[in-house]
Amino acid sequence: MGSTSSTLAKIPNAEDLMQETGFTPAHLVRLYDRFKVLDKDKKGFLTPQDFVAIKELAMNPICDRIIGAFFTSGGETLDFPSFVRILAHFRPIDKNRPKEPTSPDPINSRSNKLKFAFQLYDQDKDGKISRHELLQVLRAMLEKQVTEEQLESIADRTIQEADLDRDDAISFEEFRKSLEKVNIDHKMSIRFLR
Amino acid sequence: MTLLPRLSLALTLLVVFSELSQANILRSSSGSSSGSEGSPSTNVTSNSSTTITTLPIVTWKWHHVETPYLVALWVLVCWLCKLYHSVIFFSPKSGLLIICGFILGGIVWGADKAQTFKLEPRNFFYFLLPQIILDTGYFMPNKLFFSNLGAILVHAVIGTCWNAGAVGVSLWGCYLGGAMGDLNIGLLQFLLFGSLLAAVDPVAVIAVFEEVHVNEVLFIWVFGESLLNDGVTVVLYNVFDAFVSLGGSKINAGEIIKGIVSFFVVSFGGSLIGVAFAIIISLLTKYTGKVQIIEAGFIFVLGYLSYLTAEMLSLSAILSVTFCGVCCQKYVNANMDEKSVTAVRYAMKVFANGSETMIFVFLGVTAIDNVIWVWNTGFICLTILFAIVYRFIGVFTLTWMLNRYRLVPIEVIDQLVMSYGGLRGAVAYGLAASLDETRIKEKNLIISTTLIVVYFTVVIQGLTMKPLVKWLKVKRVEPTELKLIAKVNNRACEHILAAMEDIAGRIGDNWWTRGWKRFEDTYITWFLMKPEARKNKDYLFSIFHKLNLEDAVNYVAEGEKRGSLAFLRNGDRTNVDFDKKFGMEFSGVMPDITSELDYGIDNVPMTSIRRDSIPSVSLDIHEQDMKDMNEDFNAHHLLQQHLYRSRKNHRHKYSRSDFKINQSEDEVQEIFQRTMRSRLESFKSAKMGVSPAKKITKHPKPSQKVRAFRDFEFSEVDSAYSGDAAAAGGTGIENPAFMPEMDTPPPPWLTEVETDTSVAPSQRAQRQLPWSPTNLQRLTPLRISNRSTDSFVMADVPAAQDSPEEPPEDGSQQDGTHM
Repeated sequence: MGSTSSTLAKIPNAEDLMQETGFTPAHLVRLYDRFKVLDKDKKGFLTPQDFVAIKELAMNPICDRIIGAFFTSGGETLDFPSFVRILAHFRPIDKNRPKEPTSPDPINSRSNKLKFAFQLYDQDKDGKISRHELLQVLRAMLEKQVTEEQLESIADRTIQEADLDRDDAISFEEFRKSLEKVNIDHKMSIRFLR
Repeated sequence: MTLLPRLSLALTLLVVFSELSQANILRSSSGSSSGSEGSPSTNVTSNSSTTITTLPIVTWKWHHVETPYLVALWVLVCWLCKLYHSVIFFSPKSGLLIICGFILGGIVWGADKAQTFKLEPRNFFYFLLPQIILDTGYFMPNKLFFSNLGAILVHAVIGTCWNAGAVGVSLWGCYLGGAMGDLNIGLLQFLLFGSLLAAVDPVAVIAVFEEVHVNEVLFIWVFGESLLNDGVTVVLYNVFDAFVSLGGSKINAGEIIKGIVSFFVVSFGGSLIGVAFAIIISLLTKYTGKVQIIEAGFIFVLGYLSYLTAEMLSLSAILSVTFCGVCCQKYVNANMDEKSVTAVRYAMKVFANGSETMIFVFLGVTAIDNVIWVWNTGFICLTILFAIVYRFIGVFTLTWMLNRYRLVPIEVIDQLVMSYGGLRGAVAYGLAASLDETRIKEKNLIISTTLIVVYFTVVIQGLTMKPLVKWLKVKRVEPTELKLIAKVNNRACEHILAAMEDIAGRIGDNWWTRGWKRFEDTYITWFLMKPEARKNKDYLFSIFHKLNLEDAVNYVAEGEKRGSLAFLRNGDRTNVDFDKKFGMEFSGVMPDITSELDYGIDNVPMTSIRRDSIPSVSLDIHEQDMKDMNEDFNAHHLLQQHLYRSRKNHRHKYSRSDFKINQSEDEVQEIFQRTMRSRLESFKSAKMGVSPAKKITKHPKPSQKVRAFRDFEFSEVDSAYSGDAAAAGGTGIENPAFMPEMDTPPPPWLTEVETDTSVAPSQRAQRQLPWSPTNLQRLTPLRISNRSTDSFVMADVPAAQDSPEEPPEDGSQQDGTHM
């Protein structure tokens, strides 16, 4: 696969990327190779069609949302730094990081992971998961046999449990609160991206 | 069959059977006595020199049929034991079979005062074991197996060596410490004993893991380990056996090095033989298109030959058969006719199941024999203790090491199940029984201990596995119940992680695997597969085919209900209400184990009920009931039941007795369909602009989606096989009965979807919408296959009046997506 350092030289702004995302050079190189494999037409950027081409992704119930998460604000191109930034969310949380109050949270902090998940549900980006959005997510993730009534009852119950300020929607804070007992690091990290 | 007839049948058989065995003894004893006395007059067996005085109408020819008769009778009795399943709820079945064996052995012993029927090592290794291993190899989930091969090998090789060494050395240490009294045994013999006891047995493991549903990674690890450790077992056994004959003094570095070399030779040699036979089988099936009846038989014969060949060369026979099955399954299934494939699958299961039953019964029968039993409390108890303890240590250590390189670590509970599931079985007994008693004086002690260990693991560990797992799962649940949003999020996170793995590329998805796939696709497939089979390999095409079959079934079902506009519910709703009804009943009965890993809860009954589309008359009443239901319980329960499983939770994909165990395949289909639908939607709306126009209020979602999906599929395959597609356009079957209900339609997916499904025409009706010319896609129907089911689809396709330039454009753009 070529030596790490020579491939690293090919990646533009490698140093900044590593600083920002926390990936090691080896990982960055690996991801760059993967980026090039996905980019079949050698355009230099990825399009949604390239993601669609990943066969296993089609078996995922929420694949469209996930692909959408890469292409924020409706753009059709994804360059390497953005690709890496999204994947950086899934690095395991670095427990030994010293807590500097002035510097911003690293991409893979717990709250940023939660934000990423939240954005998957909140498609219209208004900061709340409305009942309608929740219904859509549930519909995607539940089997075909579930009726509309059952779906709506689940959605109602979900909002009822999590909604504290009674606005019939789940804000990010309410979302975060509902998940305080969940080990997000475990649930949203990919080991080998450490 | 009720209890009484069954019991009486069994009893008659047993009586007959014991009579026969007595007759057998009589014959053989009279035969031998006559032989020794040399007096022909007492010889009642036919002796051609005996003169007859009159024509006998019927003669008793027992000796002619003795051996095959006894064999067949035993097979019958063993298989009859399986009938008692439902009578005594005993899980797993292997324990029950052993106990049946005890009973039968007792009867035989009572009749003969000696155990005439034992599990002979030779019979076991040559006639009972090969088909089981062939079955496991043939049905092995290859992708899963090879992607976990590293971990499996680590466990198989290192784990088994560790077990063998540790048990042997510890026992020797205890012996020296005097815990076992006086025995004529040395370190090498202890090591030999350790090596034959170390191996986890595939037969026993399957039997137990079928009852306890575990996730696929765990399953494949234990399963794969049980198969691959044969290489190690054979080597260790032979090496220590040879060492014992050589005597302790002659063992030097040279011998040890030879031992290590023999490990590699035996394992790789065995595997290569298996692969060679797999190639032969695949090649053969390429040319047996004309002899479809017999081609199924080739697999069995060649599989058996691979076993014997490896055995002949003193290589690992189990590895040989395993790899034979593993490598040939893909090509054989592609080359052979569908009916032959089905024949092979059923026959394999029959043989494997049958053999497994017989093995367990005989394991029980063999115990009832006072000759072999040598009881040494210290030896036996210590063996059991060490076997279990070292298994736990081995598994935990190795898994800890492996977890450092894994995407998702194997949890402690899974490790516990893995350790606890390390069952020993008949292979260990077979090896013990084939020991040479001149060299190993304590052979009987070893046999007794092995039998006790086998019974302990199979019966007791097998019995307690399921309750243990349930108890552990319950313990693991957080004390405070998770909120619904948290559960939804958990599952969503699993899906996200799986997606990210796919996007970022797993560790295994690198140059190696891609290169191998390329190599395989170009050269090997060309060599081993029939040309027609190669074309049909397309994944998408097979989905298309399945959909056609589904459509055909629906079409027929619909035709039966046609003409009745009073058909108030469409098929979907009917199904689901049925589900609700049963959801209620189940909710009371099922334990509230709120688990995401779906351990012990068996969804199968629900699924099978759901598929029935028996419309229930009192649907409205049910709905009213639902509203009064305890919503709280319902929502959590519903969620737990119906969330799509992520990769982490898929059921294991192998079962000795069941074909359709892989339910996740249906889910995958569903998900795939939906994805296609929504993609098509977004794509089309982007292309054509959203035309709000008239709302068709009577569109239940699934129908239009199915339609859209099929259209989409058309375009896919169309562009891919543009050369072959004939341009025959079919006119749709205009169904006047349903037309009046439709407004003039814009393509339905562009309208807003109404969720009002109060009065809906059937699914089928939707499909017969005449499409406007602005409507896209193909409609050049597919003429690839000549399967009759396709004709249904052809008939439904509306007239092909469309702009030809659109389809290829869409098609080609989407083309790259699914190959």
